[in-house]
Amino acid sequence: MTSRPALEVVRCGLPVLVEDGGRPGLAAIGVGRSGAADRSAWALGQRLLANTDDAAALEITYGTAEFVVHGALTIALTGATVPATVSGRQVPMATVMVLGDGDRLALGAPETGLRTYLSVRGGIAVDAVLGSRSTDVLSGIGPAPLTAGDTVPVGTPPTGAFPVVDAAAPRRVPSPVRLRTTPGPRADWFAKAATLSTATWTVSPDSNRVAVRLDGPPLERAQEYAGRELPSEGLVSGAVQVPADGRPLVFLADHPVTGGYPVIAVVRHTDLDLAAQARPGDPLAFTP
Amino acid sequence: MTVRLVPYGEQAVLVELADLEMVLAADHAVRQLVSSVELGVVDVVPAARTLLVTTQSPEQVAPLTSRLEEVLSGVAGGEPGPAEGEVDVPVVYDGPDLAEVAAATGLTEAEVVAAHTGTPWRVAFGGFAPGFAYLVGGDDRLEVPRRATPRTSVPAGSVGLAGEFSGIYPRSSPGGWQLVGHTDLVLFDVDRDPPALLRPGWTVRFRAVG
Repeated sequence: MTSRPALEVVRCGLPVLVEDGGRPGLAAIGVGRSGAADRSAWALGQRLLANTDDAAALEITYGTAEFVVHGALTIALTGATVPATVSGRQVPMATVMVLGDGDRLALGAPETGLRTYLSVRGGIAVDAVLGSRSTDVLSGIGPAPLTAGDTVPVGTPPTGAFPVVDAAAPRRVPSPVRLRTTPGPRADWFAKAATLSTATWTVSPDSNRVAVRLDGPPLERAQEYAGRELPSEGLVSGAVQVPADGRPLVFLADHPVTGGYPVIAVVRHTDLDLAAQARPGDPLAFTP
Repeated sequence: MTVRLVPYGEQAVLVELADLEMVLAADHAVRQLVSSVELGVVDVVPAARTLLVTTQSPEQVAPLTSRLEEVLSGVAGGEPGPAEGEVDVPVVYDGPDLAEVAAATGLTEAEVVAAHTGTPWRVAFGGFAPGFAYLVGGDDRLEVPRRATPRTSVPAGSVGLAGEFSGIYPRSSPGGWQLVGHTDLVLFDVDRDPPALLRPGWTVRFRAVG
């Protein structure tokens, strides 16, 4: 009997999410882009496997998960580096691997970084919602988060050849996590925008795919803006917003489409994926 | 017209406008640019005083900015664009706050209903939840504050008032708007194209039923 290839979650510390490139272009009706939080790590996985660039992968937060393979699957692990074994044998990151029926893939906790992507040749084939298979944890749009016992189908493998390079260098997340920024549209609302870049912040445990929340010295408003309310305005990924308590947060893939607090800075697009790998307790600094 | 273009990160421009009327006008004009492959516009997000325009790549921000300057000088008269469509919304005016809204506005409940249905509303912007639309342009007499204590759960389809806005809850959620009635229309459905019933630029007419 042959059944469609699939991946089953045997155990996981935190729910495992299906993510792809997201659903851009719907912000005006209140739907954010969502998609893989670390887009380059997700994209590398698809490239290694010669998948189409809209293929969905599994986003695993803080490793510590185990999967069993149904059918034969070709996979790659990218993103936060985790110790990984296939049925007991150690396997590397960012390498194309062929797994057989019944093989068990076990992931430990990452030494640095937060999000690891398990990509499969053919992509995770759950139903798309509004053109994407991504789970948006803020709006609840997309497939339900996966927990132990859940199985997801894998799509038809692409016919294209594998790329010539079949492994890529794993990445370490530096400490402190350093994010380069450009000034935000409301930088002038703050007493000294420089404080943002002189302080060292600590990533708070209530961070998630919506935002990296930071603990540190509260940022003070400029005198003329003290207590001023900002009419809600559109938000982008990487926006560093400062709520009333003065503690900044960096918006990630599942950010709300609008927000009513001033944005002091915006993380450069090349550093957004790094922001998505900052984990609770990590020191974090902003560089103008 | 006062328009200021503010860079917003490397891939977006925030257009600051004097008032909501100008937002409606600018939104209509700027949305025409979405089809331009060269500008690579991803999203046009209207809000109370701003319009956010995002692009696919940093290289597209400069051409987008010059194009925005041109387009926005064309809407200097502040004429909101023509309505892009019209939705008829049947409402049962049985909301738990109808009496309170009547008391706050000095109208009778029947007059509140007549005022709410008497003027066409316009979708200004969204943002609170998928499919939620802030409706403007209604009868001035219906301006009421939000409830002092928001409800922990407002049923889907509830029709509410808050400040100068009216709106319909697309799904059950916490909320502080004054509820005057409910509709059975489905405001947001991921299996529908487009998923949102109410989109920026559309006209909404409320009609009392039942």
